[in-house]
Amino acid sequence: MPLHLAITPGGDTPIYRQIADGVRRAILAGKVAPGDPLPSVRALAEELVVNPNTVMRAFADLAREGLVDAQAGRGFFIAERRQPYSRAERERRLRAAVETFVNAIAFLDFKPAEVLSPLRERLEEAEAQQTPGKKDAS
Amino acid sequence: MSGKGNEGPAIAIRGLTKYYGGQKVVDQLHLEIPRGCIFGFLGRNGAGKTTTIRMLMGIVEPTRGTAEVLGHDCTRWTPELRERVGYLAEGHHVYGWMSVAECGRFQAGFYRRWNWDIFHAVIGHFNLKEKQRAGGLSRGQRAGLCLALTLAPEPELLVLDDPALGLDPVARRSLLEAMLYVTRQDDRTILFSSHLLSDVERVADRIAVMDRGVLRAYCTIDDFRARVRQFILRFKERPPAPPELPGLVHSFRTDREMALTIVNASDADRAVMSGLRPEAIEEVDLGLEEAFVSYVGERGEKSFFLHDLGGKK
Repeated sequence: MPLHLAITPGGDTPIYRQIADGVRRAILAGKVAPGDPLPSVRALAEELVVNPNTVMRAFADLAREGLVDAQAGRGFFIAERRQPYSRAERERRLRAAVETFVNAIAFLDFKPAEVLSPLRERLEEAEAQQTPGKKDAS
Repeated sequence: MSGKGNEGPAIAIRGLTKYYGGQKVVDQLHLEIPRGCIFGFLGRNGAGKTTTIRMLMGIVEPTRGTAEVLGHDCTRWTPELRERVGYLAEGHHVYGWMSVAECGRFQAGFYRRWNWDIFHAVIGHFNLKEKQRAGGLSRGQRAGLCLALTLAPEPELLVLDDPALGLDPVARRSLLEAMLYVTRQDDRTILFSSHLLSDVERVADRIAVMDRGVLRAYCTIDDFRARVRQFILRFKERPPAPPELPGLVHSFRTDREMALTIVNASDADRAVMSGLRPEAIEEVDLGLEEAFVSYVGERGEKSFFLHDLGGKK
């Protein structure tokens, strides 16, 4: 299974969100491709030792965001990339994420220019990983 | 009666109250536990969890109120009902002079239905040998034996009183795996009490929080976390005194910040916070443990309810 998920209970992030984030990361890193199946709810719940409803909630969130498709009786599959959000909503989410980022680095005393260069590098790296055909077999 | 045709909640508690002498240990408890769920029963030591469970199991007589277990009055247990309910008492008690296999044969004698495959699977899961003397087992192994004895009759309802008490992390994981395994069948229900909130977060569908004999919350874990929230107010100068808010359970001030933990924060509460004219207000997600400690810690003196009786679908 190319999808390896791990969770840490007792943290600030609810378990269902940790599971959904894990799948998002796997998609972004190209570890899974459109059409790949997610593990079954039951199997993943047993592997992670969590309530199946928690896994179900994570998968349902991903389906709502258009990242996975639910196929009746067959389970969940990684969806073709599509953008479910409107331009305005995407911008709202971007601003929220920027706010979080800026708060996280506020007291590190970097000048804006010093922040931009590692940020640009990381964004380009992420973009390269997202390009089809670059799927990593490892 | 197989109970398959039984509708209604696995456990329905109405106004259950218990006095020991003049002391009220459980106060007017109302609670419904739907079938098919894993229900986490939380509260500090002495909150009344074990007394509640013992009343449900027909071991302690309620002072007032009623409760039904699988539709039966909890003060009139029958052998048929005992077969359908698995009860793991606090402390993992075993007959020390018996071997593991003898414990199994002894317990099996009380039941018409006894699944040896389950018994052997569970003792194998906890690395127990049949010839081991029960008295010589470690705490985790004893828990495994007790669990095997409780699961073998394939009960519809499992009631586990602090099953993780004294277990090491590996045994705890085995316990959680066993609990999830049992509820693979949709009509199986588990009620368990615990202090290990990360375990509860892993497996529970819903939680109830008891505090000093009173039910103070009854909802899903996500609801609990969503409703017990922390607000960090940042100030240019020393923060003012914490505001009087009905849902304030915890406050903490530093040089420039005031952290307020608020239950069911309303728009009015937010307006009061803005009225203190902080530079910024940040809303923070609390982990289950943080939320719980704020909620039932010593400062949470005021009594209010996270009551959500829409639990039944």
